[in-house]
Amino acid sequence: MLAFFENLDRRWIFLLMFLVVAAAILTQVKFPEKPSPMVRNVFRTIEDLPDGSSVLLALDYDPASEGELQPMASAFTRQCAKKKHKLFYITLWAPGVPMIQRSIEILKSEFQEYRYGQDYVNLGYRTGGEGVIKLVTSDLKRLYANDVAGTNLDDIPLTRNLKNIQKMDLIVNVGAGSPGSKEWVQYAATPYNIQMVAGTTGVGAPPLYPYIPNQLAGILGAIKAASEYEQTLLERYPELNENEKAQEAKRRMGPQLVAHMLMIGLIILGNVIHFSQRRREISQ
Amino acid sequence: MRRTIPLLISSITGFLLIVAFFIPYTESWGNEVMNWFDIVAAFAFVLGAGSLLKMHLRKVSDRRAGWGYSAVTVLAFLMMLGMGLGKVGVPPSEKFPNHPFSGHYLHEGGAFWWIFQYLFLPLSATMFAMLAFYIASAAFRAFRAKNTEAIILLITAFIVLLGRTYAGEVLTDWLPESLAFLRLERLTEDTIMNVFNLAGNRAIMIGIGLGIVSTSLKVLLGVDRSYLGSE
Repeated sequence: MLAFFENLDRRWIFLLMFLVVAAAILTQVKFPEKPSPMVRNVFRTIEDLPDGSSVLLALDYDPASEGELQPMASAFTRQCAKKKHKLFYITLWAPGVPMIQRSIEILKSEFQEYRYGQDYVNLGYRTGGEGVIKLVTSDLKRLYANDVAGTNLDDIPLTRNLKNIQKMDLIVNVGAGSPGSKEWVQYAATPYNIQMVAGTTGVGAPPLYPYIPNQLAGILGAIKAASEYEQTLLERYPELNENEKAQEAKRRMGPQLVAHMLMIGLIILGNVIHFSQRRREISQ
Repeated sequence: MRRTIPLLISSITGFLLIVAFFIPYTESWGNEVMNWFDIVAAFAFVLGAGSLLKMHLRKVSDRRAGWGYSAVTVLAFLMMLGMGLGKVGVPPSEKFPNHPFSGHYLHEGGAFWWIFQYLFLPLSATMFAMLAFYIASAAFRAFRAKNTEAIILLITAFIVLLGRTYAGEVLTDWLPESLAFLRLERLTEDTIMNVFNLAGNRAIMIGIGLGIVSTSLKVLLGVDRSYLGSE
């Protein structure tokens, strides 16, 4: 038996991973979530803003990390819309434009009273990374003459008198790398004292911890935090319980749980093999 | 001369941005430079595209190993470029119905949108998702308790893997309030992330910051010229 595992073909592991994750996806198993203090901090930061505050939503990610980050962007969008905040979407990533579109679809379908140009605007993408942040914090229209559809910003009520983003009440960044949360902290939130929260991937979260709590009010790290955030949102706005789309992250925790358990099992099995081999070597 | 002018441009631009950061009066100078930077960055796309085409077309023409992948790259690149610039399948915008190119390139139903939605998106997601398979295989083969450091890493991995799922709550929720700090989710967040990770990352960040200052000064003063390439 042990000999079989010692020379285990990795394709068996691939198959096992496929089966457990597929089973969890197909059964749509969900687990109760207990939001952590960090998640509650992020939630409160948005919730405590007066209704109708200006929020910059910077969505800096691409389809590769959409699975992990879109539920966060969706939850932020829903919460901001519930609070009737004015939303300014922007991205520093070229493939981020369709990602913004996902959030805008939520506004169009679930918050039909939200009007483009009056309640939200999509500034789209500009090349330049940190350079873009530097410019939008001082002179937005120098770089953004028009929105994503080519409409002049002076013709849009929400941006007509907007000189720069310094007057934003909050920056919400959902980012998968660079440029992303770190750059928004360094070039916008810190120099101009703008409140900021961030959502990021599992591997992207640890380097952001040093910015908490002074430069970042809080971060959501990976799908677990997104799931807890959805839970907090559901507790505050129970009407969202009927909306399956508002529970995307919670649905994804099932596959994550079984994948993690399988990994733990494999690590234990690998170590059992390792120690049995060592014992055999010593006895010889 | 070929090296002196780029050196001067780098030095002047760099020092101007430093001055603009510290002296409010000069902030607009910095903005001007950043505006130029954004325009130059857009030109870099053309340079990048040219370089990509040159490299892959040469590979195809020389029939070097893996030339088929290069052919696919060139084909995909030209196809996306053509679809995007030509706005294939995109109707004119409502605002300018008489201008055929006034629609948005990502208009739902357009060729570019279709390729993004049904090719780029699933391919990107698949590449990212495949990590789970490789990590599982690597965990089985390489994550062995061979020495003290490996054991510490193993214990940390177990805590984080369990603490980041519902399993962590189920396994340690029975602990009394006085021992709540030992619950797996609390250990993950309060101890591993907020103590060890925070301290380590802060030290790395300060180190990187000091490194950036020193390297930037060397570049701005012309001591380090490696970014200009060889003569």
